[in-house]
Amino acid sequence: MNAVSRQRLVVIGNGMAGMRTVEEVLARAPVRYDITVFGAEPHPNYNRIMLSSVLAGEKRIDDIVINPLSWYAENGITLHTGDPVVAIDTAAKTVTAASGLCVAYDKLLLATGSKPLMPPLPGLDLPGVVAFRDIADTDKMLAAAQAKQRAVVIGGGLLGLEAAWGLKRRGMPVALVHLMPTLMERQLDVEAGTLLQRDLSERGLHFFTQAQTERVMGETRAEGLVLADGRTIPADLVVVAIGIRPNIDMGKAADLDINRGILVGDDMATSNPDIYAVGECVEHNGQVFGLVAPIWEQAKVCAARLAGDQIAAYATPALSTRLKITGIDVFSAGKLAAEDDADEEVIFRDASKGVYRKLVVREGKLVGAVMYGDVADGGWYFDLIKGERDIAQSRDHLIFGQGFAEQGCCGGAKAGLDVASMADDSQVCGCNGVSKGAIVKAITEKGLTSLDEVRAHTKASASCGMCTPAVQAILSFVTGADASAPEALCKCTDHGHDHVRHAILDQRLKSMDSVRKALGWKTEDGCAKCRPALNYYLLCAWPGEYVDDYQSRFINERAHANIQKDGTYSVIPRMWGGVTTPDELRAIADVADKFNIPSVKVTGGQRIDLLGVKKEDLPAVWGDLNKAGLVSGHGYAKGLRTVKTCVGSEWCRFGTQDSTGLGIKLEKLMWGSWTPHKVKLAVSGCPRNCAEATIKDIGIICTEAGYDMVIGGNGGIEVRVTDELTRLSTEAEVLEYASAFMQLYREEGHYLERTAPYVERVGMAHIKAHILDDDARRKALYARFLFSQSFAQDDPWAERATGGIDAHEFQPLAVVS
Amino acid sequence: MMDWIDIGTIADIPRLGARTVETHVGQVAVFRTGDDEVFALINKCPHKNGPLSEGIVMGRKVACPLHNWVIDLNDGTALAPDEGCTTTLPLRDEGGRLLLGLTPAKKVAHG
Repeated sequence: MNAVSRQRLVVIGNGMAGMRTVEEVLARAPVRYDITVFGAEPHPNYNRIMLSSVLAGEKRIDDIVINPLSWYAENGITLHTGDPVVAIDTAAKTVTAASGLCVAYDKLLLATGSKPLMPPLPGLDLPGVVAFRDIADTDKMLAAAQAKQRAVVIGGGLLGLEAAWGLKRRGMPVALVHLMPTLMERQLDVEAGTLLQRDLSERGLHFFTQAQTERVMGETRAEGLVLADGRTIPADLVVVAIGIRPNIDMGKAADLDINRGILVGDDMATSNPDIYAVGECVEHNGQVFGLVAPIWEQAKVCAARLAGDQIAAYATPALSTRLKITGIDVFSAGKLAAEDDADEEVIFRDASKGVYRKLVVREGKLVGAVMYGDVADGGWYFDLIKGERDIAQSRDHLIFGQGFAEQGCCGGAKAGLDVASMADDSQVCGCNGVSKGAIVKAITEKGLTSLDEVRAHTKASASCGMCTPAVQAILSFVTGADASAPEALCKCTDHGHDHVRHAILDQRLKSMDSVRKALGWKTEDGCAKCRPALNYYLLCAWPGEYVDDYQSRFINERAHANIQKDGTYSVIPRMWGGVTTPDELRAIADVADKFNIPSVKVTGGQRIDLLGVKKEDLPAVWGDLNKAGLVSGHGYAKGLRTVKTCVGSEWCRFGTQDSTGLGIKLEKLMWGSWTPHKVKLAVSGCPRNCAEATIKDIGIICTEAGYDMVIGGNGGIEVRVTDELTRLSTEAEVLEYASAFMQLYREEGHYLERTAPYVERVGMAHIKAHILDDDARRKALYARFLFSQSFAQDDPWAERATGGIDAHEFQPLAVVS
Repeated sequence: MMDWIDIGTIADIPRLGARTVETHVGQVAVFRTGDDEVFALINKCPHKNGPLSEGIVMGRKVACPLHNWVIDLNDGTALAPDEGCTTTLPLRDEGGRLLLGLTPAKKVAHG
């Protein structure tokens, strides 16, 4: 190495485009340059795309740093943050920063990105008006969110929607003003844009479309917007997110050719051959850039040229778009609609499931795709568009997705990505242009085992993160099942839930100590996360053998009541199927009087909750309730909670079956069982579904023909409607199938994972394979459930009220007067 | 002056568990670790006054049952990133009897 011969590369702009180019230069020509980087922001290079996730509270700033300060040091890069360059002398080949620092260059790289586009509106200079561009903007928005103010966002494109959603997630009331009739009109057709608006409206965003902003209200600070039609929208925070424009200041300073952006050729050089430019500040063939994929391509070409390559040339790749709003899936690529008679549109719409797809086909090739709701096949369509593949063979099935089009049958619900059938050149990470083949190669050659390692080596899923599940699936596929649960159970171990559960069975581990010893736990007695989990896993694996570890239970399951914020408890007796009697109600009333219980409330699960019971009174309260025949409702347990029912055919003029009776049978069968998380059931007597069975862990909907069984629903934070499992004809079948699913969940669920995420994780195909496709498996699951229940159905209240179990729990050790 | 009050034996407290003692300074939680060490703290989490005696004990720490703050039994401080401190009380084992010292060991401002 000869240090004297090194050239000087100065980079203006410490953002994603500039640093990606530097990374590529270092990879190709590690000793060619002494590198100096100037950044205007006081931070190391971070992932700007993820600012919306920071805003939404899903990530912290630390999580989105791409190149930490140590990276600059390790690579011998001189970094000046918070010191923007103010002048370029192309004759002397020097740049001068705001601090007065002057640095000479042989090659200069401009990567100054873009500025927010600000419309010429009166009032935009008022405090309370922000753009959404950098960490400082994000901090301002978070401060406003913390003050619980109201926000209005101008702009219904990607950026505006992500800003609005992030603020909404932070608890602010948010309105969004958009000039066009539908949202994201440049990436979505009218139909998908309308669905998007509908779903976001349901999540509480307020929309003003076809709305022209006239001015920002307020004298000393922003107080809202006035629209051209005279309507006003009060707000304390105004976010302007209508777009970006290339930052061409440095191009002007260096007297380069400029149009909308700094003009570059296919070699990424500007009109001055020693000055290159990449990213959002450039204009190439009349096009300016805002998405990350073409910018990575520019970085690659620019680095190659800087490393001495004379051939590398940039061409804008085909682009696809996704929206980063949790739970809202949007994808588009290529044409949004037919442009002339040669284009054909193929449309698929399932309004009730909120799924919409449109494909644009031209001369036997796919040229465009718009997807809403289910976007799992987005990557596949994008591959077809980019590859310009002939689709004549599969055209009729194309709209139903890869699984259907390639196999010609649906084979039940598709569980995630089919890695095995993916072509090696199929693109997985659109941001970084990483194919399945490249990921597989890196995993096998370098022996990678974790998602972070794959990210570090391939960059796949390192930018917007949308393809993380796909990268994870490939990792699991290559390395075996273990990698699918890379998340360690807790800090005491590196093993995931599945590994621990398998080890308990395979190695016949029957105590918590032996599990910790066999699997190399890092702590002596575990922690508040793993102890309850291990206790449950052992209880589930060895019914009748393993003795429950009382001290590894959360307080609710020790005290058999729900701790409240003031340290008192709530007591919920079981009401089988929601049915009670005057005697039971009298007993409850008497207990409430006798123990001065301050609050009595009907629960959402058709039972009665006694709130504010003192801990020392619990055994006596239970004793009195027991005398009236009432037992624990397990309202505190990771176990069977309620079975909600409607009155069914016994009373209702619409009822088709005895839903109440069936609910009681299910509850009598399942009560007392411990499960990974709480389990709620419902039985509705007709498809009107008054018992709300479609948001329960297991739901039964009676029809004239029999019983529809649905599973995996949830009415909590993230509402999930159940998936249909099967249609059954007798009550006995319902009991068997429901128990089989319950046992499958008990055996495979991760501790504290409800059935909704469990079903999403393993897929309906997996569940159907165990319960529907194989009678012997189902019957074995049913038998294991019944065996487990034979040890589980003791009323914990009776054991404590009269049996003297755990008496110490309810009495002080001593009373010092 | 400190009064040493006999509150019982270590066997009265479940291993990896706690019992409470009612005193004139409020409810006190007496913990027993897996190694049979014992500690006494005012039974209030510095966060929202959650009853620490109901938490899961691990090593020399307890996780509050309300919001999972982790408190060091030795000195009552909350584990980072949480900040705060619970008052500890002196506890002696004398011939198998547990003696609680009833003038608070130290007063620490709540964080």
